[in-house]
Amino acid sequence: MAKYECVIGLEVHIELRTKTKIFCDCPADHGGDPNTRCCPVCMGMPGTLPVLNKQVVDFAARAGMMLNCEIAHFSKMDRKNYFYPDLPKAYQISQLDHPLCEHGYIDVNVNGEEKRIGITRIHIEEDAGKLVHTDYGSGADCNRCGVPLIEIVSEPDIRTAAQARAYLERLRELIRWVGVSDCQMETGSMRCDVNLSIRPVGDTKLYTRTEIKNLNSLKHIVAAIDAEKARQIDETEAGRELVQETRRYDPEKDKTYSMRVKENANDYRYFPDPDLVPIILTDEDHARLRAMIPDLPEERLAKYINEYKLPEATAKTLCDEPKLANLYQAAADTVKQPKLLANLMLADADAGSIPAEVWAELTNLCADGKINRSAPAKLLEAYREKGGEIAVLVKELGLEQVQDTGLLNAVADEVIAANPKAVADYKAGKEAAIKALMGQVMKRTKGAANPQEATELLKEKLAKL
Amino acid sequence: MRYREMDVAALSELLQNKQVTAKELAADALQAIAETDGTVGAYLTVAEEEAYRQAEAADKMLADGTAGPLTGIPFAMKDNICTKGVRTTCASKMLEHWLPVYDACVTEQLKKAGAVMLGKTNMDEFAMGSSSENSALQLTRNPAAPDYVPGGSSGGSAAAVAANECAFAIGSDTGGSIRQPASFCGVVGMKPTYGTVSRYGLVAYASSFDQIGPLTKTVADNAKVLEAISCHDRRDSTSLPEFDTNYSALIGKDLSGMRIGLPKEYFGEGINADVAALVRNAAKALEGAGAKIEECSLPAVSYALPAYYVLCCAEASSNLARFDGIRYGYRAEGVEDLDRLYRKTRTEGFGREVRRRILLGNYVLSAGYYDAYYKKAQQARTLLIRAFKELFSQNDMLLAPVAPTPAYKIGEKSSDPMEMALGDICTVPVNLGGLPAISVPCGTVAQDGANLPVGFQLIGPAFSEAKLYQAAAAYESGV
Repeated sequence: MAKYECVIGLEVHIELRTKTKIFCDCPADHGGDPNTRCCPVCMGMPGTLPVLNKQVVDFAARAGMMLNCEIAHFSKMDRKNYFYPDLPKAYQISQLDHPLCEHGYIDVNVNGEEKRIGITRIHIEEDAGKLVHTDYGSGADCNRCGVPLIEIVSEPDIRTAAQARAYLERLRELIRWVGVSDCQMETGSMRCDVNLSIRPVGDTKLYTRTEIKNLNSLKHIVAAIDAEKARQIDETEAGRELVQETRRYDPEKDKTYSMRVKENANDYRYFPDPDLVPIILTDEDHARLRAMIPDLPEERLAKYINEYKLPEATAKTLCDEPKLANLYQAAADTVKQPKLLANLMLADADAGSIPAEVWAELTNLCADGKINRSAPAKLLEAYREKGGEIAVLVKELGLEQVQDTGLLNAVADEVIAANPKAVADYKAGKEAAIKALMGQVMKRTKGAANPQEATELLKEKLAKL
Repeated sequence: MRYREMDVAALSELLQNKQVTAKELAADALQAIAETDGTVGAYLTVAEEEAYRQAEAADKMLADGTAGPLTGIPFAMKDNICTKGVRTTCASKMLEHWLPVYDACVTEQLKKAGAVMLGKTNMDEFAMGSSSENSALQLTRNPAAPDYVPGGSSGGSAAAVAANECAFAIGSDTGGSIRQPASFCGVVGMKPTYGTVSRYGLVAYASSFDQIGPLTKTVADNAKVLEAISCHDRRDSTSLPEFDTNYSALIGKDLSGMRIGLPKEYFGEGINADVAALVRNAAKALEGAGAKIEECSLPAVSYALPAYYVLCCAEASSNLARFDGIRYGYRAEGVEDLDRLYRKTRTEGFGREVRRRILLGNYVLSAGYYDAYYKKAQQARTLLIRAFKELFSQNDMLLAPVAPTPAYKIGEKSSDPMEMALGDICTVPVNLGGLPAISVPCGTVAQDGANLPVGFQLIGPAFSEAKLYQAAAAYESGV
């Protein structure tokens, strides 16, 4: 029996997280009642015209750079014509022969084997709407019409389901890392179609392929690949010819089913969209976008562990959240204690809402002993409430740390005098008793004492008793 | 002279001098429509309430001292330009009852200027045609000779101006649709440089050709209207960012030194001898006014008609795909499945000519034919643009007939689409080049007891509108 291998290419659609849609000013984010996030332009009303959102081009180019693509200096938009009720203009504005990005790749590691998977192209296009079927009939919801997408087309370099999975995981990591999408398969902001054919191992020819559409989780993608591979082998072994077609995967039955035969599929009659002008990216544009590309996540992780001396777990937590990592990075180079910065940021539930300079200032104030460790939380609360200068807030809230040893001396004496039991316990060898005394010192100074200094002072005084 | 017979400049002076109110002008114009439009058929919709509302606003502007040259002037709008709350039909069954939810840029500009819209004018369905006979809703007659067509596709706009049913009108020109009806009806029509008037709100026929422009009684009026509607609009990506809109600047200036070329291809076979003679007379008059007239040649013009029809139909097939019966407009009844709904809706909702052009456009874009037709036509377009450019290095402008013939009888050509298309031969090269061109009346041809108006056109390089108006006004003042 011949041994077969898969030839797999993936087409991945990713929603870009721009504020507005690709051709109008409507919000691009998810949510809203049907047809409340659309306007005459994205609804394709007669007479309306598209205007390309420049942010979409920037985001797509950044994605391309992150995936090692060449970015075009000249690109253009084309119309893909087909009828469907969720497509108000009856054409989708997309890109045919001058995509924004080409010739990229992703390196993955599967079971210790390094593999480079080529990226043929990345182009920008608009999303269609959504059909809603109710008891009263069907309706079209245009909220998604005109949401910016990139389509990332891989070379047929993938051979196994595990490689496909590794490719998609790395793709998602990098796109999230570069900050242009959240790539969530559950919400549909990342979608994947699989093109698959089989061939005898050693053969270099490409055989009839099928396309599996509408896969909405990594698990299903892996299972669909295995199921479709098995089906194609069975068909081939049985001497039946495979047809080029679109199939869908049924996870319940773990099988793929034919949706339509591609030979009769649409002729999309692509042509350049006369309503839009070519996209020109100058050398300056390239340099500007290049400067926004972060180093790779694993490089960042290594830097945090080796250079900033963060515990591995802390470094990983930061790098898991690209926005947080980028914020941390922006502040890290200006602080004396990067580890303290990481701890402060991770202790906050919404670190992303605070600018990098503020994080840096808080960290340095703590590191210099000018405020104590409980002060940042209070300062952040005040900052969120009314903003302003951190230095001013420190004064307003009376958070300047007491370094006046005279005052501290007096307080320490008072506390020792007022707590004979704790003193006796300490003297009897219960070292933990000093914590009770410390608590009193902090209480009497309203938290303004430097804990380290206060502990030292108490120990000194107790030793003399 | 009655108000309705006056031009924009004269009416504006009366308004400024408080000799008449905008409301009175609107009433007179609406009266004129009531009296004559039963015969002419220029208007598809008369927006009386809207007109009085706008007249009231105009009178306020006149009282405030914020009035401009178009404040209070009654005008007509071609029915493929969106007017919020006033139905915009494109003379098609498909949009017969469609109410736009927004104003076109041009509509906004005219509202801002205080002009008073009387209603929407008839046209060939979706601007496809040259006689207005392709309207699915109404027949428009040539005011100069009721048995004759007014031209098209902006036939309603040209007829409304010629019949004194408005002081000026707005049309659109994709392959001659302003200039040719202007010529047939004896009014002035300008197709401006592509990108100087926003297309936002113009229901697209062929996006890379369509351009909105004015139809008026005089050249000076035309320049004033263009000044009001021309602007940069960020909602139209093909709207040009910066250009001079002082189109009246050169009117009245001496023509001496101006070089005007007569491209011989426009005077060849197929051009009616009477028309050619009238156009040559116009050239002589301009020579008399100081211009230097010289014959020249534009051989690339032979590519124009086929290239135009391939590209236009390709764009139209896609632009008109949205009329599918799902969200607005006509929807066929009695069908269950989607495919049949599309087919029946579009078969019933579109007229013959529109269906023909959609089919042609889909054909030239389909797999395997794209290179032979669409791509080739684009190359021909590039060649023609280059040839024009070269001619304009030696000439300030070109002078040519607008149409090979005067207006023809209603029904005479409507059965032969090929013959109808050949009538566009003089006008389409300008649209392929994105150039400005103005049609100016230059006499009449007597035929079967009717005196049929004829116009000549002046074609200039991009942004030469002021010069074209200068020459056109010089000719007009000499007549």
